[in-house]
Amino acid sequence: MQAAERAPATAVRADPVLLRVSGAVKHFPVTGFGGLAVRAVDGVDLEIRRGETLGLVGESGCGKSTLARLITALLPVTAGTINFEGQDITKLRGRNLRRIRRQMQMIFQDPFASLDPRMTVGDILQEPLDNFSIGSARDRRNRIQELLRLVGLNPNFTNRYPHEFSGGQRQRIGIARALAVNPSFIVCDEAVSALDVSIAAQIINLLQDLQREFQLTYLFIAHDLAVVRHLSDRIAVMYLGKVVETADRQHIYERPQHPYTKALLSSIPVPDPVVEANRAPITLKGEIPSPVNPPSGCRFHPRCPIARAPGICSEQEPPLEPHGARDQVAACHFAGQF
Amino acid sequence: MAETLLQIEDLHTQFFTSRGLVRAVDGVSLHVDVGETLGVVGESGCGKTMTALSVLRLLPEPGRITSGRILFRGRDVTKMDDDEIRDFRGNDVAMIFQDPMTSLNPVTKVGFQIEEAMTAHERFNPEQAKSRVVELLKRVRVPAAETRVKDYPHQFSGGMRQRAMIAMGLSNEPSLLIADEPTTALDVTVQAQIIQLMKQLNRELGTAMMLITHNMALVASLCQRVVVMYAGRIVEEGPVDQIFKSPQHPYTWSLLRSVPRVDEARKDRLVSIKGLPPDLASLPPGCKFHPRCPFVIDKCRTNPEPELEDVATNQVARCWVLMRNVKAEDVAAAKESALSIEAAEKLKQAAAAVDGNASG
Repeated sequence: MQAAERAPATAVRADPVLLRVSGAVKHFPVTGFGGLAVRAVDGVDLEIRRGETLGLVGESGCGKSTLARLITALLPVTAGTINFEGQDITKLRGRNLRRIRRQMQMIFQDPFASLDPRMTVGDILQEPLDNFSIGSARDRRNRIQELLRLVGLNPNFTNRYPHEFSGGQRQRIGIARALAVNPSFIVCDEAVSALDVSIAAQIINLLQDLQREFQLTYLFIAHDLAVVRHLSDRIAVMYLGKVVETADRQHIYERPQHPYTKALLSSIPVPDPVVEANRAPITLKGEIPSPVNPPSGCRFHPRCPIARAPGICSEQEPPLEPHGARDQVAACHFAGQF
Repeated sequence: MAETLLQIEDLHTQFFTSRGLVRAVDGVSLHVDVGETLGVVGESGCGKTMTALSVLRLLPEPGRITSGRILFRGRDVTKMDDDEIRDFRGNDVAMIFQDPMTSLNPVTKVGFQIEEAMTAHERFNPEQAKSRVVELLKRVRVPAAETRVKDYPHQFSGGMRQRAMIAMGLSNEPSLLIADEPTTALDVTVQAQIIQLMKQLNRELGTAMMLITHNMALVASLCQRVVVMYAGRIVEEGPVDQIFKSPQHPYTWSLLRSVPRVDEARKDRLVSIKGLPPDLASLPPGCKFHPRCPFVIDKCRTNPEPELEDVATNQVARCWVLMRNVKAEDVAAAKESALSIEAAEKLKQAAAAVDGNASG
């Protein structure tokens, strides 16, 4: 019913869109500094299509986790709308919000902090089922065992506590908990970053298998671009509270249009000495500026290798517009010109 | 052949805990040549950090070096007395740690901390030490070094702190720098800056480096030789280009294929190593990797642990099978799905039933 609302710039193709973020803003006021605010998310347009994995990358402090919390309605927006299945979730309250929450679940980064140490695995998995009154008591018990088996854990472990499991196993419990209520959309916030390489590979494979089996839609947030590229269909790059580029995973690497995307991709080492010998990383000068007081015009201009500053780059904020390949958008005055 | 700087011979480092004897480092032998960069890779708990801490004799309690020799320019580190080891640390070998936040003192100025590293040793007199601080910060490319020496660590960003740590490590011109996950805590673009810096410093100063990491890409980028560790022992060693092209130990092979590459867009499955790293207090019999190995044969379980043997020029591996003897179909099978299809089916049926009830 609100589907005809102003479409974000990312809507290039009329695909079935599961989630649409339009002009999302989240400011955290800095108390005691008279009106100053951390502009964690500062006008984000994004869409997530049914059944796809959208990768969201960016360096620490760029606002990717805040955006995830806005999308899952864990934080109220300062401005903007978030449409999930055609409903603006920023306006939902009470029962209606609960109904939406059953559809979207989250998998967190730290498998040590995201499980209650005083609850058994059975309790942890049963809580969401109880919360949404799913099935009879017996159904729930069966379901918990199936969930454990699904994520590759022994179904007889229901009486154990989280500390009895390794990091990778705990992450599996976190995944089982997210799947318990049969959601259609899962936000993975740095879900594999804290794990050892061989364990991370197990979890990545598991996430892919589950997506195929249950037709899940993922928002996969990570700072590791190699993992994001491996898992995602499309990738959005964030810088200082804004999405600077979105494209499919092929084009974002082969033909990045935004200089930040290009620098970010070029700075990742590849596990191959032959490639490494010839790789010429674009080293960005300086560090990410403070989101309290972002630079004027294009936020990337003080670090940008092609910026014209003083000039258009330091004066005008570039809009997110189609550049390069089909379905590719970038926010740069000189997109692709490097 | 290049001159050997550090030679570790059959090192055993053990922890006497209430759970029993933990063999953190179990018979490790390796060497670092002058000016060379050696990578030491493996997952958490494989003993790579404990090997490095053994070299500096900085083992946490209740860890002990129980046998073996650590020769630095021919002198045995394990036999040094307190004065000698104090002189050795910093002057000959310096270490930089993963987390630059916890390794700097938050209540003293960064410049003073670097100066202190020099006044603690006799190589530079106090005036020289003072004047070298700015020079060192410039060398590690800290912008506006003259003013930043007076800053406290919290005024530095993560990347800058790691630069300051590197400056401190280099302050006494050691001939070996041990870097333990130096870029893991940093953002990608900052990581790239630090990698670049370490490459340049290695070229400019000829400081040898032992890089401890779990990141194979970092090894490919920085190292000439690599040592792969598993369960406290070396399982494979060789020149980087050779190891990456034809790893012979199944663990090395799996490690290389378990990480996605940013320059590849394939949505192929990753090789995942089944199970968990072993408990060092109760290791499996035979080859320590056999419970997780996709190419295990009977010999791996029954025979004693294989020795490190030559598999190519300068390349050694500890394996009864070796990757060159593994059939192509077995390699393909190692990528098979591990998802329980049966459990997935049942869950789907249950979910359909619940949804049916809810709407009805």
